[in-house]
Amino acid sequence: MNGVDDRTGQVRPVGRTSAGIGRVSGPARFLQSARILAWRNVHNFFTNPALLLPAILFPLFFFTAFAGGLSRVQHVPGFNYPNGYTTFQFGFVLVQAAAFGGVFAGFSIARDFESGFSRRVMLATPHRSSMILGYSVAAMVRAVVVVTLLFVVGLASGMNVSSGPADLVLIVLLAMAMNMLAVLFASGIAFRFRTIQAGPLMQTPMFMALFLTPVYVPYELLSGWVKTVAGVNPLTKVVEASRYLLAGMTDEVAIAFGLCLVVGLVLFGWSLSGLRNAERSGG
Amino acid sequence: MAHASAFDQAREIARRSVVSTMRRPAQIVPALIFPMFLVAINASGLDAATKLPGFPTDSYLTFALAVPFIQSGIFSLLNAGTDLARDIETGFMDRMALTPISRAALIAGELGGVIVQGVLFGTIYLVVGVAAGSGFGAGAAAVPLLILLAGSIALALGCVGMFVAARVGDSEVMQSTFPLFFMFMFFSSMAIPRPMIEKDWFRTIATINPVSYLIEGIRGLFIGPLDWGSLAIAFGVCAALTAIFLTGAARALGARLGR
Amino acid sequence: MSIQETTAPGNGAAIVAEGLVKEFKNGPRAVDGIDLRVETGEIYGFLGPNGAGKSTAVLMLTTLLPVTEGRAWVGGFDVSRQGAQVRASIGAALQEAALDPNLTAREHMRLQTTLQGVPKTDRRRLGDELIERVGLSDAADRKAGTYSGGMRRRLDLALSLVHGPSILFLDEPTTGLDPQSRSALWEEVARLAREDGTTIFLTTQYLEEADELADRVGIIDDGKIVAEGTPAALKSEIGLPTVEVTPERAEDRARVIEALRGDCEIGDGAVHYGVSGDANTGTVSGRLRATRGLADVVRALDAAGLAVANLSVNAPTLDDVFLAKTGRKLEGAGDQTEDEHGHGHGHEGHSH
Repeated sequence: MNGVDDRTGQVRPVGRTSAGIGRVSGPARFLQSARILAWRNVHNFFTNPALLLPAILFPLFFFTAFAGGLSRVQHVPGFNYPNGYTTFQFGFVLVQAAAFGGVFAGFSIARDFESGFSRRVMLATPHRSSMILGYSVAAMVRAVVVVTLLFVVGLASGMNVSSGPADLVLIVLLAMAMNMLAVLFASGIAFRFRTIQAGPLMQTPMFMALFLTPVYVPYELLSGWVKTVAGVNPLTKVVEASRYLLAGMTDEVAIAFGLCLVVGLVLFGWSLSGLRNAERSGG
Repeated sequence: MAHASAFDQAREIARRSVVSTMRRPAQIVPALIFPMFLVAINASGLDAATKLPGFPTDSYLTFALAVPFIQSGIFSLLNAGTDLARDIETGFMDRMALTPISRAALIAGELGGVIVQGVLFGTIYLVVGVAAGSGFGAGAAAVPLLILLAGSIALALGCVGMFVAARVGDSEVMQSTFPLFFMFMFFSSMAIPRPMIEKDWFRTIATINPVSYLIEGIRGLFIGPLDWGSLAIAFGVCAALTAIFLTGAARALGARLGR
Repeated sequence: MSIQETTAPGNGAAIVAEGLVKEFKNGPRAVDGIDLRVETGEIYGFLGPNGAGKSTAVLMLTTLLPVTEGRAWVGGFDVSRQGAQVRASIGAALQEAALDPNLTAREHMRLQTTLQGVPKTDRRRLGDELIERVGLSDAADRKAGTYSGGMRRRLDLALSLVHGPSILFLDEPTTGLDPQSRSALWEEVARLAREDGTTIFLTTQYLEEADELADRVGIIDDGKIVAEGTPAALKSEIGLPTVEVTPERAEDRARVIEALRGDCEIGDGAVHYGVSGDANTGTVSGRLRATRGLADVVRALDAAGLAVANLSVNAPTLDDVFLAKTGRKLEGAGDQTEDEHGHGHGHEGHSH
């Protein structure tokens, strides 16, 4: 009962013409859907200063406040990071910026559900999981931009980086992996709650997870409960690997990527089941 | 209300402000919990800093317990401002403008909730902090001073919020100013004593920043012994902020209400 | 899956539903056993107040919400088992014209055509054609955030047509629009059905909209269809016109009733068919008997020597039908029910 063009016998109206157009299908359509969704989010990010500015200013703010205000801490006995406190803090802020970029993607998803935009997408594309890929790719593009800007500011402020080109590539990859984890985590929340009011639920756990790492001093200098928690927090390894790479060392790097992969798989399941949850609730 | 005194008027507005603040746990609970979480993390994460030569105490918790007072003050600043901005948006202020209530009474009343919240939270931080092992070096007799200072800080920051809200008159814009106010907190002597800040530019900012003096006033009480000098400065900063921003808020509100 | 299972009953119908139920967790039965049959090329109007279950039914038929009980076929495909095929044959403009305020009409088209799998070479042309068709060419490069309500709905409609659907779902397409934008959209919808033979399933809380557009109307209340038929048939079922008489002197009300008793079934108060008698003005209203006409009323009043300030005869409306079937007036009937599908969007139209 589809393709009923011959019903009227008149000039084929516009609404019908595409019925005569072949439709892209299969994996190609999945990728095209993901790409256009990513395009839309990236486009919004760069044309909307309200989205662009916080993503850049927040990490810069933390970087300036921590690196500037706390540098005395590097004189504590046992503080053995070779490249100085500014670089030490940069390693943390890089991870933080990547993570928050991912959380912002969760905000976009929630907003899209709130406005009904997601329903349109869910009706239009047969591959709904392309939504996860689309938002993730957009978040990664954003993360790369923010990380690059942070590097420029960091280097301008006298940060001492002794990484080789390979280390730099690994840093960017690490930031993107962190970004991906955050997208998957936040999208899982966004798919389930479908309202921007769930924003704190995406932001607060991520904030806590980040601050329960060795933020101000190396792990060995931590004390009390934070040391215990940071010891089992996978993000500790990510933050440490980021700092090591800035100092041209690859300690912890393999472990950090391995942990990202494992946690990423779990969070992918979390995000995908969230999407199924959204489908059951009608978007 | 036509013949009520300014005091009665303010009390009625204050009652509404307190009731509506306390009826929104979603707004006040994060303002209470979040600062405690941050201080708990920093107490443990930055404890190593107490090993620096010249650090005034050997417990970072004692050192950092002043920060929640400011942080919750900033939350109440935002809440008070958002409330006022919403009152402007919804026309509640227009309704008030039709009554013979004075601007000063209106603003003082609106600040009632902020002060009650500041005093309440200050007490909680003191009790929880001491229970968690912080010292209170100024001695038990100084507790009323701490509570008074907590209330004064809440009032001063609340006036800042009222001023911004009266100027912008938009609750969403008000909310979005939140990072700005946190910058004041972060670029202060919050994490390290001011003389120990290594970078000159940062120390200069922290010295200009009034928030440093509020923190140092409270911190002095926790570390002890009682230091009237830093207390006087803290109360002075509160009084100055209150005077400047209350006047500014009254003016801006007056312009808005067409008086 | 056997052929028998996937074949819709009543061959050729565009939409068929059998005992369709939606029950939300801890919630009411938003849709409570609906049977539907919409023929190909037909405009079917789903009329009901806020919270009646219209949107929930649409969400199920468009596969956006799982069915609790019952079955439905759209375009010949089972909505529960062949979601992808259903979605490929339908277009939907749901309640909120869900546009991205930061994208222009052309950018929306680019997004929609890509998601719908239109080959790259055709996307631009198709997008421009549809934009022109809904009269948005001049605004094609403006951000949707700057559009008026009517423009948003038109763009939404154009987007739903990208893949040339044979069935179109329009959920309250004109809620909140000014009369002018409303009639422009009506025209476009009517044209789609007339020229393209598109089947249109339309929900509305506006009587005129159902009356004007729909070939057939289903009246839904509390999740159930309480009446169904062509607008004319539904009205003639209620049948007879109402007559309303206002005497010059209010105290003559009792005499007017007495005079009309031979000719009318007297309704006092708002109970009968929504036309209220009013003791203050003396107004009396009632439904004419099948064998009587206006002339009989005039004669009766004349014979009683009553001076009449106002006399009118009103043909029945769909509002009368709604009232007759549910005992309530349509307007305002659902106002106490804010949310139709129980997961908090605060949508549905409010303005009349």
